[in-house]
Amino acid sequence: MLTKRIIPCLDVKDGRTVKGTNFLNLRDAGDPVELGARYSEEGADELVFLDISATLERRSTFLHMVERVAESIRIPFTVGGGLRTVDDIVKALDAGADKVSLNSAALARPAFINEASQRVGSQSVVLAIDVKRIETRWTVWTKAGTEPTGRDALEWAQEGVNRGAGELLVTSMDRDGTTRGYDNELLSAIADLVNVPVIASGGAGSMEHVRDAILIGRADAVLAASIFHYGTIRIPQLKQYLRSYSIPVRL
Amino acid sequence: MIIGIVDYEAGNIRSVVNALKTLRVSYLVSNKQEELSIASKIILPGVGEARSAMESLHSIHLVEWLKTLDVPFLGICLGMQILFERSTERDISCLGIIEGTIEHFAKVNAALKVPHMGWNDVMFSTNSPLFEGIRQGEFFYFVHSYYAPLTSCTIGETDYGIRFSAAVQKNNYYGVQFHPEKSGNTGLQILKNFVERC
Repeated sequence: MLTKRIIPCLDVKDGRTVKGTNFLNLRDAGDPVELGARYSEEGADELVFLDISATLERRSTFLHMVERVAESIRIPFTVGGGLRTVDDIVKALDAGADKVSLNSAALARPAFINEASQRVGSQSVVLAIDVKRIETRWTVWTKAGTEPTGRDALEWAQEGVNRGAGELLVTSMDRDGTTRGYDNELLSAIADLVNVPVIASGGAGSMEHVRDAILIGRADAVLAASIFHYGTIRIPQLKQYLRSYSIPVRL
Repeated sequence: MIIGIVDYEAGNIRSVVNALKTLRVSYLVSNKQEELSIASKIILPGVGEARSAMESLHSIHLVEWLKTLDVPFLGICLGMQILFERSTERDISCLGIIEGTIEHFAKVNAALKVPHMGWNDVMFSTNSPLFEGIRQGEFFYFVHSYYAPLTSCTIGETDYGIRFSAAVQKNNYYGVQFHPEKSGNTGLQILKNFVERC
């Protein structure tokens, strides 16, 4: 049976992991490659590396990191952050990434999703959607959640899939960083709409939250950062827990 | 021993290369028959689409050579699918080593999420050397929208709305639908088995 995926997310700035971690015995806690390898050994199903570097110059540092990840980690990984052109995408995949995550550039020019999926295949194109609830609507925000687009999240999810996105990474900005749990209402509304995998993001604080994102939000995969980085939850423990609720996981 | 990796612009060659490097296995990457012929085993990687892949193999004149190999061959993902007679992915004639037609998952069940993406378990149906040291029901990473049916050449199967061929073998030709180069240590074991035991 196809298992639900657990995906740690690493924010990388100028080639270094931004958030601290509780992992012991790391030679260098700031090295995203070492941290990624540690998660992989613990049983992570995939990894996401988000480049939050500010300058173009630093992006070559990120690409170099992607090459190092590909050399040392034998599970699939996605890279995102600052990908603006098909050429950027090809470079990231050539460096060894399996998928790219598109966000602001796709909102600025939706045909970018078509061009990307035609060039590298839908299976390698993840559309990341940052969502904020405003009254009764779910709205899409851009530029790392700093600017509203006025777009409706459900419509954008559907459009993204129609244009060729092979997977959706749905982040609830309302929940992100709160540890109050994922926005399961949002997740299940999107799961009802599209027939590609949905990755839940934003709000994880406990194992129950992960369980609920899968059972109530019907997410295919669950992404989290701080609960893993700070050691609140260890991946093997989380997977045992999910299995006790008959959720298929790779153990 | 040198493993020849066929470079036909349809593969995630880098991942396969990285995996072979980890195993400290010598390899060469080429699209030329005279170079690949030096290799003692051949790997055909594949991510992409069947018609383009076949067209690409025709354009570099490797189709007849691939059909008549006498060294061990391992096709990965699309590289496994084109061992079959046909693919309905833009309806194309393939290598025809194994009988059967590659179909789309949506044809089975329109409600299935496609691609079949993620870790799924594989049940082995024979004691193939490819699976030496790997437990029954082990998980491997899959990404594909088309699947190979079960045939007399099936040596491993997986269930995604339908039971399909996760691994096949006919004589010296082996194929796996999953990505051993992306399936952690178990995936590495598959590649190691191919190199050392097949």
